Amino acid sequence: MEHYKMNLTLKVWRQKNHQDKGQFVTYQVAGISSEMSFLEMFDVLNENLIEEGKEPIAFDHDCREGICGTCSMYINGRPHGPWQGTTTCQLHMRAFKDGDTIVVEPWRANAFPVVKDLIVDRSAFDRIIQAGGFISVNTGNAVDGNTLPIEKSRADESFAAAACIGCGACVAACKNSSAMLFVSAKVSHLALLPQGEPEKHSRVLNMITHMDKEGFGACSNTGACEAVCPKEISLDNIARLNMEYLGSSLTMDK
Amino acid sequence: MGLTGLFLISFLVVHSGINACIWANDHGEMFNKAAHFMGASVVIRILENGLFVGFIIHIVQGFILVAKNRSRRKIGYQVALGNRGSRWYSRSMGLLGTLILLFLVLHLYHFWTPSRLGGYFNIHELQPVAYENGKEIHNLYAEMLQVFQGNSPVVLIYVLGCFSLSFHLMHGFQSAFRTLGLHNQRYVVIVKTVGTLYSIIIPLALAMMPLSIYFHWVN
Ligand code: SF4
Ligand code: FES
Repeated sequence: MEHYKMNLTLKVWRQKNHQDKGQFVTYQVAGISSEMSFLEMFDVLNENLIEEGKEPIAFDHDCREGICGTCSMYINGRPHGPWQGTTTCQLHMRAFKDGDTIVVEPWRANAFPVVKDLIVDRSAFDRIIQAGGFISVNTGNAVDGNTLPIEKSRADESFAAAACIGCGACVAACKNSSAMLFVSAKVSHLALLPQGEPEKHSRVLNMITHMDKEGFGACSNTGACEAVCPKEISLDNIARLNMEYLGSSLTMDK
Repeated sequence: MGLTGLFLISFLVVHSGINACIWANDHGEMFNKAAHFMGASVVIRILENGLFVGFIIHIVQGFILVAKNRSRRKIGYQVALGNRGSRWYSRSMGLLGTLILLFLVLHLYHFWTPSRLGGYFNIHELQPVAYENGKEIHNLYAEMLQVFQGNSPVVLIYVLGCFSLSFHLMHGFQSAFRTLGLHNQRYVVIVKTVGTLYSIIIPLALAMMPLSIYFHWVN
């Protein structure tokens, strides 16, 4: 693959804290390698800022290998940038050309308040999980493979849903700031397995109730979430969630 | 939204079915009889009220939903995701719905008001017409000719109304099924195909009505 260097103009959202109004600040970065990741480019920019005695840009990151879901940047109008099925940390600078201007914003949703610069508070997701995204049975030691009969297709679907890394890009992309893709992934991966079966009704009711409490919007099936999800979680999970919810609200006294 | 939406979708089939009677080319006889039937029986009158309720719930719920969802993001983005994630009509259901509502008001004023309330509150009555059994019924067909013939602005508004309806259905049809939980791959494909065909055929059939009269394709 061709290796090249580029000079870029970055327009980055800067905001001191939650109360601050915040604004875009323009930066120039020179000599960025096409092999770098997007976050490495930010590291270079931050080094420069520190050398200049300025406050570096705060952004979230952890694993930098696309599995933790911590990184979160809304790059040129798309969560996690231009590549399909990719997290910000896995986005490489070869996605850009010399002379590009890149606009970087934090996730925008009332339920995800800005903590500082590009960092938003996504603890609303944690609280939704606490409301029911778990199983309370003791599963004991790891059992031998195939001890529990599970249909292959169900296991596959469950696994695909379990790939959700809780990054929040679905909320960021949705015009309604809805968290349905996230919640549907978390409900589906358990509901499809025998271990998740016993609590499936109360789980879905509790999680949805909590989702609404946190101030996320309602789903109108536009599909923007699916299009930007770095783990390509399918919209079908939302339909499954709707069915689970309908069934549970008809059968449970809650 | 899904349930009321599907209810209204089923109504559109009846509506366009009756409309299609104008193409019998019998000077509106078949159409007038069908329209009379839709106004005459008690059962249909009850269904009509149900339809009004359906419309009102769908509209009110729609407005509340759009307002609530909008308020979930106080600070917007500098660069919009736009069509990279979804279709414009999926994101514009509120706008399309409002256009349809405006059209609906005009439409009710044109036809529903004179046929149901004609004679009261100074509203003009529809002309009577009698067929073989000698009973007089409303000549709704004549009213249509009057509204559409030579009246290009009204015809244009009706056609635009049908366009809005088409895109509203294009999203709404399949979205309603998703809201109700349909996720079986085979059925999703069927619903999407049927939905697309429905969203093209029904509004087209509805739009053909004023057009046919305006261009004298029927007599
Ligand atoms: S569903 Fe996708 S976009 Fe949403 S939190 Fe999970 S991984 Fe991120
Ligand atoms: S930093 Fe862990 S997924 Fe990007």
